Amino acid sequence: MMQAIEVSGVGLTLGDHRFGFDLVVPAGAFVAVTGPSGAGKSTLFNILAGFEAPDEGRVLIGGQDMASVPPGKRPVSLVFQDNNLFAHLDIFTNVALGVSPSLRLDTVGRAAVSSALSRVGLSGFEKRMPGTLSGGERQRAAFARALVRKRPIMLLDEPFAALDPELRHQMGDLLGALHRDEGFTVLMITHDRDEARRLADRFILVEAGHVAAQGAIADLPVPQGG
Amino acid sequence: MRKTVLLAAVAALLSSTSAFSADKVLNVYTYESFTAEWGPGPKVKAAFEKTCGCTVNYVSVEDGVALLNRLKLEGKDTKADIVLGLDTGLVADAKATGLFAPSGVDASAVKVPGDFKDDVFLPYDYGHFAVVYDTEKLKTPPKSLDELVNGNPDEKIVIEDPRTSTPGLGLLLWMKSVYGDKAGDAWKKLSRRVLTVTPGWSEAYGLFTKGEAPMVLSYTTSPAYHEIEEKTTRYQAASFSEGHYIQVEVAGMTATSKDPALAKSFLSFMVSPAFQDIIPTTNWMLPAAKMDQPLPEAFNKLVQPAKTFLMSPDEVEKNRKAWVAEWVAAMGAK
Amino acid sequence: MRPQRGMTGERMGGALALAFILGFVALALVPLLRFGSAGGLDAQIVGVLKFTLLQASLSTLLSVVFGAVVALSVARRPQLVGRVWLLRFMAAPMGLPALAAAFGVLAVWGREGVFNSVLSFFGVATKFNVYGMTGILVAHTFFNIPLAARLFTAALDRFPPTYWKLAANLGLGRVSLFRLVEGPALMAALPGVAGLIFMLCATSFTLVLTLGGGPAATTLEVAIYQALKFDFEPGRAVFLVLVQVVLTGLVLLFLAAFPTPAEERAQQGAGIRRFDGGSLVSKVWDGAVILVFLIFCGAPFVAILVDGLRADFPHLLADPLFWRALSTSAALGLSAGLLALILSWLIAVARISTASRVFAGGLDAGGSLILLTPPIVLSTGWFLWLKGGGGFAPYVLVAVINALMALPFSLRVLQPAVLSHFERTRRLSQSLGLTGFQRLRIIDAPALSRPLLMAFFFALALSLGDLGAVALFGGEGFVTLPWLIYARLGSYRTTDAAALTLILAAVCMAFAVLGTPSDRRQGEAGR
Repeated sequence: MMQAIEVSGVGLTLGDHRFGFDLVVPAGAFVAVTGPSGAGKSTLFNILAGFEAPDEGRVLIGGQDMASVPPGKRPVSLVFQDNNLFAHLDIFTNVALGVSPSLRLDTVGRAAVSSALSRVGLSGFEKRMPGTLSGGERQRAAFARALVRKRPIMLLDEPFAALDPELRHQMGDLLGALHRDEGFTVLMITHDRDEARRLADRFILVEAGHVAAQGAIADLPVPQGG
Repeated sequence: MRKTVLLAAVAALLSSTSAFSADKVLNVYTYESFTAEWGPGPKVKAAFEKTCGCTVNYVSVEDGVALLNRLKLEGKDTKADIVLGLDTGLVADAKATGLFAPSGVDASAVKVPGDFKDDVFLPYDYGHFAVVYDTEKLKTPPKSLDELVNGNPDEKIVIEDPRTSTPGLGLLLWMKSVYGDKAGDAWKKLSRRVLTVTPGWSEAYGLFTKGEAPMVLSYTTSPAYHEIEEKTTRYQAASFSEGHYIQVEVAGMTATSKDPALAKSFLSFMVSPAFQDIIPTTNWMLPAAKMDQPLPEAFNKLVQPAKTFLMSPDEVEKNRKAWVAEWVAAMGAK
Repeated sequence: MRPQRGMTGERMGGALALAFILGFVALALVPLLRFGSAGGLDAQIVGVLKFTLLQASLSTLLSVVFGAVVALSVARRPQLVGRVWLLRFMAAPMGLPALAAAFGVLAVWGREGVFNSVLSFFGVATKFNVYGMTGILVAHTFFNIPLAARLFTAALDRFPPTYWKLAANLGLGRVSLFRLVEGPALMAALPGVAGLIFMLCATSFTLVLTLGGGPAATTLEVAIYQALKFDFEPGRAVFLVLVQVVLTGLVLLFLAAFPTPAEERAQQGAGIRRFDGGSLVSKVWDGAVILVFLIFCGAPFVAILVDGLRADFPHLLADPLFWRALSTSAALGLSAGLLALILSWLIAVARISTASRVFAGGLDAGGSLILLTPPIVLSTGWFLWLKGGGGFAPYVLVAVINALMALPFSLRVLQPAVLSHFERTRRLSQSLGLTGFQRLRIIDAPALSRPLLMAFFFALALSLGDLGAVALFGGEGFVTLPWLIYARLGSYRTTDAAALTLILAAVCMAFAVLGTPSDRRQGEAGR
């Protein structure tokens, strides 16, 4: 099976913090990235997305070396905990940015935006401003944008952390469905082990700036103590 | 910008200082450069207090115009006994307030060019307006107002605005005295030489000493300051053959003074040598009466105008607005 | 803006602040009406009005455009070495008295200035003549490009850090980034920034007269001064003030009609990273923009420095009058800054708590239009009330006037920050049942410490350089630094004045440093 992501011998120093990553993610996997706060999960994502350049080592995505690939050209889509939408642009425009960063959309592009919005349950929200949507609706719109971008990798940085448990569950289901239907490779940072077990098939455990363990979700270690 | 030269109508409004040391207090309203540490104020106070058995209490505002405005605002409630620092242009207006009383002081000692005489206001110093130039930049200064008006437009002069300053108004009256009805045309010609028009004397003189223009409208006495304090003869006043317009500074006592006798004795003191000795090197003006000491050498070298222009206060008051409008039209048309 | 429930206290506070401002102004105007008639709009005043509008519009346009260009470059470089000093420097020109700034500008652009020396060095025979509209625009942009750049940079820096990541991830190009992200942020700040600068330029007095070259360059402020001082027609002065307020009010209304895009705003400063400035072209452009900005706005300061250092400092510093002036200025600045901060806080908080458009409009107007009432008018009016009142009265009055003049500045700084902060913390505070002072102490003050500091020191610097209000009270007992500068200038002592100007500029810079603390959290930005 082809590897979607291969990170080998990557090292990075930020201030007093030293990071080193080695990991592989098979294509089409749904990986839960866990570990204590400040361990380096977001830094790992920054390296994959091209926001941090490693001091050493190699990052391969889809078999291609990412060293000289700028963030906008990398085959990844990002969804953060919040502020995923530009507050001054309406929902249609926010999603349309995923089709064309200069907003030059043909009829096919426009149709893609509409169908993505209906896929996440936001039909008719095109002209709404992000400020008028609930937190869950805003995250749905962010997923819609990831859908139209059609990048093979999705990096989700605690996408549900700001939502209440009920909504979290629903959004998890939606994400699971999208993953099944579209065949993305998904990496999701989460602190919720139940959620990880429910959605993911693999895990990566990051501790103290390093990958402490990775493998099938069934092998996710049970935390000691509290 | 907000921090403008909004130098005030009503300067030093509330700065009346209380005095406890002596039983008698003389309140003197005047302008700021009079009471500055380097001005005549401190010495005048010390000299008068030696003889009067009283305390001199200064209330200082920005300039002569502000002084009169303050008095108008205070009206009959004013605490002033003496108002010192009005000039001849303001006298008519000041009298019209009805706040002043005839001084009753013998004015025979007073001698100023233009022969200003008044039963209420007494001159204490004077100076002529003049174009001051930089000898290092200007080899052939204008010898007359006409040469100034018609001269090389590349040799610039900084003047003050008659709408906001006394020297500016002085030049306006000077031009009017010389050119009469043709003043508008003369201003139009002069405007080619005018680098800029500043709101007050400080800005104009600052530009001049910074070298922006080789000429500035100031006083015949300006070179004396540079010679005495800075030991340089670089800046000189140009003598104009038509004559110069004069500024006479005067003082008067108020009708509301609680101690008219004391006020009167101050005015007598003002035209005595003890006061007049102080004036030249502190106020940088010429004495209006006899001094005991000889006038400092630098003052003897000053331009001595062949003729003195001085319009009657009433005439100035009557025409000022029309003449300023004429000036704005002529200068603005360039 | 959605109104917020349970915030009557906030609305009351705003109403009190507004009542204080309007009452203070109205009380000053009323007694002046007793003197002289109002007169009408004659041809001369109409001409003055036209010129006022023209120069203020051009000055505003140039300041806003170049301020935005500088802000875009500075915001694109959050990791720029010395960036915090750049931001501090942007607050410095505000503290300069107009005349000092005029001399500084002329040292560079004047007939004998550096620019003409450079021209003649390269063999250009004709002299560059700055006097006229050029001079007015140069001086106004010297003051206001930094101000615009500062406020625009703050607007751009307030974006959530994720925006820049998303923009990079989505592959937004230079043009798209400006059109979709930076542009809307600038547009949101534009009405406030442009309105403020327009008011400053419309009421400009010394700069317009000194650099304008002649009476064709006259603002309404000059006419007000003339009416109040030389003509002694306070009634007419009040009339002209009202004309100025109405006229500028119309301009502000026009600016307010610009659409204000919704904003998602983060805490400023910490952890911004930009991913769009990597190319060589972009680096060279930003470097050039910042360099030209520094030269344009820094050169007059260098001139002030060179000029000031010629003075006899030991002699000057031994003068007790200097120390009295310095401490009076500092005390006035601190009180004015504090009062401006309190008033702008009350207004900003009430502004977002009210659902009433009328009240909101009143708060906006009250916080802005005050700038159009010249201090000379306010203090003359209050003089009539306080007849002969000595003691602390003049200090209090000057502090209040300075605070009111600084209010529009501190409000521009505080309002956007307060808006996003309340949006963010509304639910939290409500769920915790925190209100009033408790809320202020526990939630608001720590989170808003930066904009609060900046607003405070903006007002402080402004008050330090202000002569307008101070000059009215200057005299025996009441000596401030700008007053001392003018007093020395007024009696041939230009060298002393230059040295005092340098000291004043240094004090302003010191306060600007305090107002923009360096970001200690930057080290964690990458995590």
